[in-house]
Amino acid sequence: MVNAVHVFAAMIPWTSPSVSYYALAPELVLSAGIVAVLLADLFLSNRHKWVLSVISGFSLLGAMLPVIVLGLNDQGVWSMFSGRYVIDDFSLVMKGLFLLSGYVVVLLSSAHVEEGDYWRGEFWFLLLSSILGMVMMSSARDLVSVFVAYEFLSIPAYMLAAWRKRDLKSNEAGVKYFLLGVFASAVMLYGMSLLYGAANSTLLVDLGKSITVAGGFSSLHALGIVFVVVGFAFKISAVPFHTWAPDTYEGAPAPVTAFLSVGSKAAGFVALVTMLYVAFPSAGDVWQPFIWVLSALTMTVGNVVALRQTNIVRMIAYSSISQGGFVLMPLAVAAHSGSSDSALRAVVVYMIIYAATNLGMFAVIIAVSNKTRSGEITSWGGLFSYAPALGALATIFLASLAGIPPLGGWIAKFAAFQSLISAGSGWGYSLAVIGAVNSVIAFGYYGNVMREIWMRPVPDGDITPIRTHGSLALALGITTAATLAFGIIPGVALHFGDIARITGAFGG
Amino acid sequence: MEMLRDENWVLSVGTFLPMLGVLVLLIVPKTDEKLIKLVALATSIATVGVGVFTLMKFNYQNAGTMQFVAQTNWISVIKSTYFIGIDGISLPLYFLSMVITLSVVIYSWNNIPAPGNPKAFFILILVLQTGMAGTFIAQDLILFFVFFELVLLPMYFMIGVWGGEQRQYASMKFFLYTMFGSALMLVAFLAVFFKTGAESFSIPYLAEHGGSIAKNVQIWIFAGMFVGFAVKVPMFPFHTWLPDAHTQAPTQGSVILAAILLKLGTYGFVRIAIPILPEAARQWAPYIGALAVVGIIYGALGCLAQTDMKRLIAFSSVAHMGFVMLGISTLTSFGVNAAVYGMVAHGLITGMLFFIAGSMKERYHTLEISRLGGLLTQMPHLGWILGFASMASLGLPGLAGFWGEFPAILSAYNPAAGLNENVFRVYMVVAAIGTVFAAAYLLWLFQRVAFGEPKAEFATSTSDGAKHHEFEDVTTIEWIAWTPLLVAILVLGVLPNLLFKVIDPAVQGVLHAFGG
Repeated sequence: MVNAVHVFAAMIPWTSPSVSYYALAPELVLSAGIVAVLLADLFLSNRHKWVLSVISGFSLLGAMLPVIVLGLNDQGVWSMFSGRYVIDDFSLVMKGLFLLSGYVVVLLSSAHVEEGDYWRGEFWFLLLSSILGMVMMSSARDLVSVFVAYEFLSIPAYMLAAWRKRDLKSNEAGVKYFLLGVFASAVMLYGMSLLYGAANSTLLVDLGKSITVAGGFSSLHALGIVFVVVGFAFKISAVPFHTWAPDTYEGAPAPVTAFLSVGSKAAGFVALVTMLYVAFPSAGDVWQPFIWVLSALTMTVGNVVALRQTNIVRMIAYSSISQGGFVLMPLAVAAHSGSSDSALRAVVVYMIIYAATNLGMFAVIIAVSNKTRSGEITSWGGLFSYAPALGALATIFLASLAGIPPLGGWIAKFAAFQSLISAGSGWGYSLAVIGAVNSVIAFGYYGNVMREIWMRPVPDGDITPIRTHGSLALALGITTAATLAFGIIPGVALHFGDIARITGAFGG
Repeated sequence: MEMLRDENWVLSVGTFLPMLGVLVLLIVPKTDEKLIKLVALATSIATVGVGVFTLMKFNYQNAGTMQFVAQTNWISVIKSTYFIGIDGISLPLYFLSMVITLSVVIYSWNNIPAPGNPKAFFILILVLQTGMAGTFIAQDLILFFVFFELVLLPMYFMIGVWGGEQRQYASMKFFLYTMFGSALMLVAFLAVFFKTGAESFSIPYLAEHGGSIAKNVQIWIFAGMFVGFAVKVPMFPFHTWLPDAHTQAPTQGSVILAAILLKLGTYGFVRIAIPILPEAARQWAPYIGALAVVGIIYGALGCLAQTDMKRLIAFSSVAHMGFVMLGISTLTSFGVNAAVYGMVAHGLITGMLFFIAGSMKERYHTLEISRLGGLLTQMPHLGWILGFASMASLGLPGLAGFWGEFPAILSAYNPAAGLNENVFRVYMVVAAIGTVFAAAYLLWLFQRVAFGEPKAEFATSTSDGAKHHEFEDVTTIEWIAWTPLLVAILVLGVLPNLLFKVIDPAVQGVLHAFGG
């Protein structure tokens, strides 16, 4: 037996894969940060555990440096492991997004984690691990590496959601997220196995080629594509695969919810976009109508249910479901040769702006709930009268989420509409109209919160001003600046959307 | 289209100067109310100053061409540019927005509605001013859209925070209606962009190439724009937000809403929808005309049924904007001239009426018509100003309102080639009947409010000679705020050519697809 293995091994000549450590620098820095947090946690006394948040923050910023350097370097594309792990502009933009939004999440968490008597070391460790998974997801170009990255970013997130150990809701959040997440993984894995069977390769580019070959497209492909898309639909909480999201968002600690609703969702979109653009570009007939339906349902159901919410976090949860529908919108025409570029741009731009705005909104929620100790929307009454700065910032974020110029959100929605209409097909027009109507409905609940902030009396008459923790103020500053800048100088966000080309997309 | 490129900083400064005021206001402490008012006043005076400079430097020989044009990159990825300019149609409205803002700021000197907070109040007014002025000078559809939307939130908060009892309902209704319209409008803008070869969002460019879009497509795209603009105008049946918003808004909000915001819709028709989609405009014109005259009659009947003075004035806006839309729907230079004139006149007159209503509300604490009376004996100046504004509003010759209303009716006699004359002549007759109603509800209002003796509850003195109420007639601040409007109503009534001369060449340009 042992002998047989030796013989088998001898038959395949082993060549070590070429690895560019330069291109892998962001991942390496982040890994070093993770190890540093883990080690420091062992030796730090409880009083000094706050150092961990500093290490986490700096390792994220440290990983950001090579991303910038790689981005400025016009050496082109680093393709490793025969195209299974690719560092191109798309992946760099997304890595930047994950690292920076991760940094904001660290800022949001630090006060929260210090207060809450949690297991701090593990919190930072898991958070960084999940971000590392996302960073890897941006570069994964192979069914196996996509799946590994997907699990890498999900599993720490399941544990983070259940972080408040003795809180029933937090436990529910973690378990629900875990069970449905695992179910989604299973569905996706099944789809991947079908695809592997059809293409005889796990490399996404090979998958794409096997579909393009005349007569190569089989029903096996179609089935595989549908299963894979469903798997990602769970991650991006598209209706009808969204049921975990509201409970998980409500139960999880607020910074974790912010992380899930931005980072984890964006990672799902990155994976979805990579699959659609690199593996299935010529199978548009299969996935375009599917995405169309998902998008229309997600926007509409998310919106309508959000209208009925009385808890601010649940409302934001449903709003983020509906925002996901808007991100999906341009993908419904992404296989048209005329609109595939603009669809990719729209998705990237939307994720960037949505990340800034939604994280900002969570920063306000955390700041306000520090005082009101309540998640009810009515507890926000009269916020503007005793905390004018927070009230105004909340208004900015809500208006941006609603897509009102001149705040960031409008250019995100605009790019999505533009891409849809550029396809010039009935599918595109009809979805654009559905999106337009939905963006009005959305104001119903965003406006409702604004109304509480500006027009209602303070519910308990307690008008002590809110003191904002230093790191929270920094998070607010970053997100506000980004939200305003993207809206007034939309070129910034659109620029990143424009350079973010996926290598190998559409055979290019 | 040839463009003059002198002094291209003028419009940007005029538009964004209020934002400078906003920045200053942000750092002024909330408690220093005097300084806040001074900053707001200085800003709006400076803005009007830039406006006057614009008026002086404007080349009236070439009122049909875009002037003070500035164009720089803005969002190059989507081929949208920061492209501004002003012609004879924009100029009066642009300047009007500045004057109205100044009036409102002056009026607010002693009159910040409950719950106070002048800092936020003035910031909102100044942001509104930037949005309004920007809409009138934008020559790029995306830029237009951004300015068009910029006015929404400040107005939402103005109604919702400083408004009357039903303010929250009214503000939400206002917002949802307008946003629904503008969402569809944006889709229509994008469709125009792609159907003309995805080259540019510039309005002059699209006006040149939009005609090549297939007729059936044009009709659909026009539908999207129509909803966006018609909600803003508001045209029947999209008008239902207006009475609520107007009635609940604070006086300042009502004035800005009536004087400028409603004009954004009609301006959109004249500047964007008709020149870019001429074929569709021709197809839609009879229906727009029909809705316009329905609006005239419906608004007038609505006025007759009102018991609240402010709500009555609000409904009269529906009727007056109906005349404007009727003029536009004829697609003749005569009709569109009348429409633009009507926009300016309605802005001045209805703005004035809302000022008066606000001042009366402040004194009587009610606008219930049945409880009012004897304004002329109690406050003769205010009474006569109300009389003057009512006469102007019902279209008395010699005052500004006449030149918007009468030519609009007349133009329906002879609509543009290709439109059914008989249909438009019916509209003409209906609109003419509408003016009779207008006279009826305004005179009736004036009669009930101003004539006779004050009702017992507001009587200055009772039979035993004891004084119960002391009412102050028009105050100095009110005089300062109102005089420019009153003078303008009179001057534009006597010398209509002052304005027609400026508007007409630009209207010819807008209607070039219809042979002028």
